[in-house]
This record gives sequence, structure tokens and C-alpha cells, in this order.
Amino acid sequence: MSALWATLTVGTPLIAAVVAVVAPRARTIVASLAIAVMLVAALLLAHAVTQAGRLDFSLGGWAAPLGIGWRIDGLTVAMLLVTGVVAWFVTLYARHYFDERASQGAQFYWPLSMMLLASLSALFLSNDLFHWYVTLELLSLSAVALVTLAGKRAALKAAQKYLYASLLGSLCYLMGVAILYQAYGVLDLTLLGDLAEASTPLWVALSLMIAGLLMKSAVFPLHFWLPDAHGSAPAPVSALLSALVVKGAFYILLRLWIHLAPPDLPTLVPTLLGAFGATAIVWGSIKALQTTRLKMLVAYSTVAQLGYLALFFPLSAGAGAAFALTGVIYFIIAHACAKGAMFLAAGNLQRAAGHDDLEHLSPAARALPVSLFAFALGGVSIMGLPPSGGFMAKWTLLNAAVLDGAWHWVALMVVGGLLAAAYIFRALSLSFDVAEDAPPLPANPGATRRMELLSLALASVALLLGINALPVMDLAGIGLVELSQ
Amino acid sequence: MTVSGFYALLGIALFAMSLYYVVASREDLRRILSLNIMGVGVFMVLVATAVGPDPFPDPVPHAMVLTGIVVAVSATAFALALLIAGESSE
Repeated sequence: MSALWATLTVGTPLIAAVVAVVAPRARTIVASLAIAVMLVAALLLAHAVTQAGRLDFSLGGWAAPLGIGWRIDGLTVAMLLVTGVVAWFVTLYARHYFDERASQGAQFYWPLSMMLLASLSALFLSNDLFHWYVTLELLSLSAVALVTLAGKRAALKAAQKYLYASLLGSLCYLMGVAILYQAYGVLDLTLLGDLAEASTPLWVALSLMIAGLLMKSAVFPLHFWLPDAHGSAPAPVSALLSALVVKGAFYILLRLWIHLAPPDLPTLVPTLLGAFGATAIVWGSIKALQTTRLKMLVAYSTVAQLGYLALFFPLSAGAGAAFALTGVIYFIIAHACAKGAMFLAAGNLQRAAGHDDLEHLSPAARALPVSLFAFALGGVSIMGLPPSGGFMAKWTLLNAAVLDGAWHWVALMVVGGLLAAAYIFRALSLSFDVAEDAPPLPANPGATRRMELLSLALASVALLLGINALPVMDLAGIGLVELSQ
Repeated sequence: MTVSGFYALLGIALFAMSLYYVVASREDLRRILSLNIMGVGVFMVLVATAVGPDPFPDPVPHAMVLTGIVVAVSATAFALALLIAGESSE
């Protein structure tokens, strides 16, 4: 049965994408149904994984060296679940967002977002290097197309930049795959993990793949495409991109690292990746403090937060390896919910004000207290304050750093939290400012009460993740934690 | 050097040259072309890996190249459409 559940998580959004094109009238209902099915299938799969441990499937009955293998463990299921939860709130939100004004982009949102979810599910389930390339391309093509829905010139330019960066990343990844296939003759990650030993081809291939995936997951200094793309897309799209899409590429990076990184790795490599992460945290936060637009602030915050993910690499080599792995997975989950909620809330404020200029947002912020509260609640998790999911994730990463005696990473995470607090309070305080010269609100505020409540609900999930962390962490660790020790 | 090794090296050279151009060029059309040539470089390496000690070549890299070509064609079409949309919105 669990093979069916796994297939459903990919199949239902894929079918919904086709239906959304063929029968445009049913698109919103079909999309909501598809995500409901996907979420239930992911829950059943989670149950199966807790019962049986790791699950392996061969697509079409063709076994691994020739066929494509799916490997489902706790991490897969956790990613599928968070995808389902974020997509559920975003889709309900998008129903109102795109129906309020009959914008040209609305008709394309549904098939594209469903394609995006189908490729994400396939990416999380897969265990095959080439299949990952295909899912990465599907993912980025639908993501770039979604950015263009904003229709403005800035969005088109941002989409172009995003597309080139993304294709460049994929091709670097593919070159790595080609070199690995030349050297070992297999594409299945598990088989490759058994065969691979420290050698020049492995080094070259891993460097190319890591560089390509860092580009796609926007880790500093390869983040340059992210702020414009995430900042200029329509709000539901920004939420999907920041919460889920960048994590897809990072997921592959995590898998490669766990299975292929040789044990006698010189410490230079993880330290360098950690230094990228550290720079991302500081640089992204500073840019978030300087920007004048609310959505750009949230986008730069994503650049900073992705830096924490890169801290996994140096921490995974030390004494706190198990904590580092759990921490980074939980960070992905908590950030997905919190950032999704913040983009939805920012979308409400932008809709109400007709712009997202921080200086003049105070009338909109006072008109939409629920959205402002949702933004603040998401911000609590981003800052890493208890009792939020972000706090639990950062606490676990801090534990890993302390066990390792890596005090520089501890200091960095503390500074990162303070910087995050600075830019989030900046957004909140500017919204409270009574600006005399602020233009009056448009007569018809575009954000409905339901859109406000949806952003608040997703922010509450981010908060609940902190109160109820252990079951999620246990689930995510099934079949994985043993590997990292 | 074997013939397949020579082709693999050529593929790597194409990949490296076009990688430089994607990063260095400021023109969109040149970037799209370079990305295509970069893909061709990877495909050449893949085809070269298909040659082994067996008399028959390994079909898996060929399947990968075919899939890669499909992806490259759709991505190029999309990039060109974006380019045209960007130009016409000016």
C-alpha cells in the first residue's frame, strides 16, 4: 500500500496540473483536493515509515542499477509533510489572492503551482542522481514561470536572472553526474555510496554538484538571483519559492553529503561552506536592514536564513553530528512555515496599501492588525525565540556547536538571531509609525479577512512546531541518524 | 589517447568555455546560447562514457542525453520566450 501513497504524492498534483489547464473552471477546487490527497498520502506514508523504517521502491519494477529507485525514510516523509502543509495554506490563500482582481496571471498559477508540487514530491522521493536532475529542472522551470505571473517588467527581469542561474546550476550538477557515472557506472545514490571512495573523479564531481546545488539553493555568494525573484513574484508564489523550492536543491545536497562525502574529508571544505553560511547570515541581514521594501526585506531574510543551513557542513564533521543533522532538518521545516506565513502576511499588507514601501505602510498595518500579527509571529520563529519552531531548530544546532566546542559558530548564531530581531522589529516599528504624509489607502482593500487568517494560521504552525518538536524530530530522523554517526 | 577520451576532453573544454561566457557575458541571447553549448559539452562527456570494454555501447548515458536534450530544448524555448516578453514590455 505504501507504494500507492508514495505514487499519489507525485501523481495527484500532476493530474491536477493537467485538469487545471483542461477545465479552468474547476481549477481551484481540483488544486485544493489534490493537495488534500497529497497531505493524506504523506501522513499514511509517515505512518508506514514509523512502522517499517526505511522503504525502498523500484519504479516500474526495474531494479536499481538500471531503473530508478525511490527511497523513503523519515527525512523524505518530513519534507513531503511540510510541503503539503505549506502548499495547503498557500493554495487556499491564492484562491482569494488571484480571484480578487481578474489578473492575467491567475489562470496560469494553478497548473504551474501543481507542477511545482509534483516535481518537489518526486525530488524528495527519489534516490537517483539523474532523476534528481530532471526533477530539479521541472522544479525550476515551473518556479521561474510562476515568478513571471506578476507581469511587471521587474518581475520578468528577475525571472530571467533566476532562469540563467538555475540552468547554470543544473548543468554543473549534470556534469558532476556524468563524471560519477563514468567513474562508477551507477546512478543510484545508495549503490554509489557503497562504491565511492576518495578519488579524483569523486572530488571533481562532488565539487561541481555542490557548486551547482549551492547556486540553486541560493547559499551566499551564489544567492544574487534570489532577492529580486522572491521579492517581485506575487505573494503566494514568493511563499512557495522561499519556503519550499530552495529547500529542494538543499535536500539533494544534504543527501549527497551524507552518502558520498568521504570520511577523510579535509576540514577545509566544510569550513569553507560554513564560512559561506556565516557571510550569508551577516550579509543577508544587513541587506534586510537597508532595503526600503517589505517583500525585499523578507527575501533578504531568506538569504540570511539559508546561511544557517550551510552551517550543517562544518558541524556534521564534529562531535555533535547527530544534533547537526536533526537541527538542519528542523530548521528547514520551521523556516518553511515561518517564511511562508511572512510572505503571505506581507502580501496582505501590500494588497491593502497598493505598494510595499516600508516608509508608507503604517496605514495598511493599522487596517490589518491580524496580518501584522501573523508577520510578527513568523518573525518570532525567524529570530529563534522560544517557543517557536525556529527556536528548537537553532537550539539543536547550538547544541551541536557546543558539543563540538566550536564557539565561533555559537557566537555567529547568537549574532544572527540579534540581526534577525533588528530587521524584523524594523519592519514592525515602521509599520507602527504614524506617517503624516502617507498616501491614503485605496478604497477597496484587496486583502480579505480570510487571507489574513490564513497567514496567521501558517504562522501558528511555525509556533506549534516549537511546542511539539520531538515527534517531528523523531520522525525526520528515521533511517538517517544512524548514517551520520 | 582513446577516441572516446578525446571526445570527453572536448566536452569538458566546451563546458568550461561556455561556463566562462555565461558568467562574463552581459547579453541575454549570448547567455542562452552559451548555456546551450554548455549542455552540449555535458552531453559529449556522457556519450563518451558509453564506450566501454564491451563491443556494444552502454545505453544508459544515451538515454540520459536524450532526456537532457528534451530538457535543454524546453528550457531554451522558455528562456527565449522570457527574453521576447522582456523586450516587448520596454
